[in-house]
Amino acid sequence: MSENIEYKSKGGIGWLSKMAWRDGKASAKKLGLFVASIVLGIAAVVSIQSFGENLKDNIQLQSKALMGADYRIDSNNPPNERVVAIMDSLGGPEAREISFTSMAAFSRSGAAKLVQVRGIEQKFPLYGELETEPAGAALSFIEKGAALVDATVMLQLGIKPGDSVKIGEITLPIAGSLKAVPGSTAIFSSVAPPVLIPYNLIENTQLVQTGSRVGYDFYFRARENTDLEQMDRVLGPQLDAQNADLDTHTSTSQRMGRRYENFGKFLNLVAFIALLLGCVGIASAISIYIKGKLKDVAVLKCIGASRRQTFLIYLIQIGAIGFIGGLLGTILGLLLQQLFPIMLGDLLPVDVDMSFSPRVIAMGVLLGIFMSLLFALYPLMGTLYISPLQALRVQNEGKENSGRAGLLVLGGIFLFILLFSYWLLEDWRYSFAFVAGIIVTFSILAGVAQMFMKAIKRYFPSSWGFPARQSLLNLFRPQNQTLTLVLAIGVGTFLISTLYFTKDVLLAQATLEEQQDSPNMILLDVQTQQQEAVTQTIESRELSVMDDIPIVTMRVQSIKGRSVNQIRQDTAANINRWILNHEFRVTYRDSLIASETLQQGEWISDVTSRDLVPISVSDNFADDAKVEVGDKLTFNVQGVLLNTVVKSVRLVDWSRMQMNFSIVFPAGVLEDAPQFRVLTTSLPDEEASAGLQQELVREFPNVTIIDLRQVLTVVEGLLEKISWLINFMAFFSILTGVIVLLGAVRTSKYQRIRESVLLRTLGAKSKQILKILALEYTFLGILGALAGILLSLVSSQLLAWFLFETPFIPSWVPFLVLLPGIVLLVLVIGLSNSVGVIKKPPLEVLRKGGY
Amino acid sequence: MSKILNVRNLEKTFSSGSREITVLKEINFDIEERETFAIVGPSGSGKTTLLGLCAGLDRPNAGSVELCGTNLDSLTEDERAILRNRKVGFVFQDFQLLPTLTALENVAVPLELQGAKNAIKKSKELLQKVGLGDRYDHYPSQLSGGEQQRVAVARAFSNSPSILFADEPTGNLDAETGEKIIKLLFNLNKEAGTTLVIVTHDLDLARMTQRVLRLKGGRIIDNSIVASK
Repeated sequence: MSENIEYKSKGGIGWLSKMAWRDGKASAKKLGLFVASIVLGIAAVVSIQSFGENLKDNIQLQSKALMGADYRIDSNNPPNERVVAIMDSLGGPEAREISFTSMAAFSRSGAAKLVQVRGIEQKFPLYGELETEPAGAALSFIEKGAALVDATVMLQLGIKPGDSVKIGEITLPIAGSLKAVPGSTAIFSSVAPPVLIPYNLIENTQLVQTGSRVGYDFYFRARENTDLEQMDRVLGPQLDAQNADLDTHTSTSQRMGRRYENFGKFLNLVAFIALLLGCVGIASAISIYIKGKLKDVAVLKCIGASRRQTFLIYLIQIGAIGFIGGLLGTILGLLLQQLFPIMLGDLLPVDVDMSFSPRVIAMGVLLGIFMSLLFALYPLMGTLYISPLQALRVQNEGKENSGRAGLLVLGGIFLFILLFSYWLLEDWRYSFAFVAGIIVTFSILAGVAQMFMKAIKRYFPSSWGFPARQSLLNLFRPQNQTLTLVLAIGVGTFLISTLYFTKDVLLAQATLEEQQDSPNMILLDVQTQQQEAVTQTIESRELSVMDDIPIVTMRVQSIKGRSVNQIRQDTAANINRWILNHEFRVTYRDSLIASETLQQGEWISDVTSRDLVPISVSDNFADDAKVEVGDKLTFNVQGVLLNTVVKSVRLVDWSRMQMNFSIVFPAGVLEDAPQFRVLTTSLPDEEASAGLQQELVREFPNVTIIDLRQVLTVVEGLLEKISWLINFMAFFSILTGVIVLLGAVRTSKYQRIRESVLLRTLGAKSKQILKILALEYTFLGILGALAGILLSLVSSQLLAWFLFETPFIPSWVPFLVLLPGIVLLVLVIGLSNSVGVIKKPPLEVLRKGGY
Repeated sequence: MSKILNVRNLEKTFSSGSREITVLKEINFDIEERETFAIVGPSGSGKTTLLGLCAGLDRPNAGSVELCGTNLDSLTEDERAILRNRKVGFVFQDFQLLPTLTALENVAVPLELQGAKNAIKKSKELLQKVGLGDRYDHYPSQLSGGEQQRVAVARAFSNSPSILFADEPTGNLDAETGEKIIKLLFNLNKEAGTTLVIVTHDLDLARMTQRVLRLKGGRIIDNSIVASK
């Protein structure tokens, strides 16, 4: 008999989808865990992406209100004729401001505090508004000759409207508390909170003196059809030449957006790692899932399904899981982003109105589908190579997955990670570094797991008791989950631990050295004639003046014979702009201090001639100004030109909280120049600090006091907030790790059950079986967590060396808290999934056979 | 009657490490359309391997198999799958139902693969015929061994095969249930006019077929017509 057969399979996409659905719904429990593996990762990425977009949009929308104007011209000097002429050509400013940092004394408590004094005109802000309590105070304080004080300061010091504040030589009534003001950033405000006073009273404070650091701002409303970018391009360089600056509301908001974007990128990577971890879980779980399905695939092939059809049934199933995971993750991410403003609080420059971006939603869903398919592809390929003969009892050695196809999939995975990280970071160098970091981390953890398994095989502790030996054997049983579990536990621990160590490094950098000889209070702007009286005030409290540093302000006039204006106009010049525009605070002394080491040249302690003064510059100044030993620089010392030559370059440890200088003159040159002094002292406690501050402000209102303890509290608070957010993101990794762990434990559950039941049939007690399982999970927990912590030690050391350039002394906390915590977590998850089965009678399990 | 299966000089070897093990050698036989045929022999004699080769589940090292007039060697893996779907039915020792599909869905799969429009209707009729009209929506795990094998028999006949291969169809069943399954298998076979090839240890079962092929050590030691038939 012979009959023509059309060798074309009829089971099309409809049937394949139906089969995927039929099979999927019966495996819903197992597939549910796969979904959970990616939900959190997607949620983390979506929440950060969506919040980032919302923040950027809000900054853009509110850019005028953030600045208070269309554009602003600012300078650290009163505007010269040229600047005034430019401003006049623009129609003149609508509002002016003079600002400086000073001490303020409050009448009610007598407390003194470092504040940012901002003298503003009635029309400011041109956009947005001053938010005050009572609301009317914003409009009336200028008329009344009163002050508005930062709301947090009012609350901290118990100040009420109607109290008064003393700034320099004037005392003003407080009209109300200031909740928000354009131009004050939250981070700076926490160190020097704003106090607004009428513009015309600034002079009466008598704090605007030679050497004071004062800001002059002029606010403009743009004429219709003004191209702000074009204006910036034309006027920017002209104003630069006059030591003034033009900022438009768009450029300022872009700059601000970029600052938050960078932080967002970092968080995105943390979120992406959570997603990758979830994908490792998917790959592992799918691998076990597909292994369980191979017999079914063989049967399907037996009854006529093609290779392509069987492959597609499961591919569609995984794609659908990815879609569900992506959708759920996106919804969760969009909900989670609502928490960010609460967590970040006043670190955010604007109130963020949340909206749902279709781009982010599409990204979340597609990411879910794509990553699931990508990571499931390799195990899925097993369906292609399974022989239908497996449906019979014949055990033939089926062809393993094609090595080349496997490599292709692996290449695809890394290519995707690279492209996605580039999409997040927009920098190939960082993207490659990130991918390399991922490969190294995962390889080391995988290597540790493999080495451990090999080591157990080779040096098997035959003398151990039965439960301990059995638990070790379980680690390399067929279809073991050791690698997945070590990866899941290790990556999660690594992330948390690295974040912890990094926070340590950052805080250690900012922490005051607690030795007695370290100053913790700095007194700025002490006039030469006040020096003696201030010293006496300090000494009368049985304290000592630790440093008395003279400060002379000056600007760079020329570098290697070229004037700063020439350099500014030279587009090819690679000298950093800040060198040309900055007003340097320079000191003179005859020796190096503890934070300095000589890098090049020779230290000159004193000179007698002023013809060509030998000076010392810091290494970063030398880099940015492109100068080296022997180069000549001319400084403008308040109108007097001073020729100098670089005689030495110093390496300065700027992280030490003490007065460091870019430029140091030798003794014998600047002694007669107009100058002020910086004094430092050390106080035993906050009470002593408050007392001294009150007295100093009363007696010397022009002196600015920086209490390093308070600064440190602010820095710590800031780091705390940021690390809270980072920890929050790392928590996703840990939670994903837990789900992957749960998945891995569940997928190997049936094998464990069968083993346990056989052991019980042979006479093992439940207690012994429990002990075997407990030991197995403990080994896995210790191995993963320890590898993660040790790896984080290495990465933190590298970060300390290359990024923070500071020594790293690891804390014991991760070893004492994280290690046992994670081992316990693994133990609880593992045992809670096994205890129920141990209690069942052996025959019930053996009869069911399905196990 | 024309030949539905034609096996010539079949040889199959497996490699075990560096050793080559010959499982089947010099196998020659034919099976007529509608014939009932048994392959018997001790464990390891190569019965199941021979069944796999005859059904196109594996490729021989030498020789040829012509199934339903088509030389299997000339077909790709997927073409052989399609041939099986159109012409072959299977009953396995351990039932091999898809555990995630209901009884009805299991029976319908071969028909759905053919693109048959009445797959569900025909599957229901078949399940009724094997006495499982009230078990459509039950999953294999909710059925007894005998019931599972009945579903497997229904599935095997669902695509109206020209030839049905049964591999130890009663191997996993108790004697009483096994007897019922065999009765069912032979009745349906008669009704549908299908060729039946059974691999079995059970000589009583083998005697129920028209012809018995005896294998030992991978070679045919007897290929005879059963006397009573």
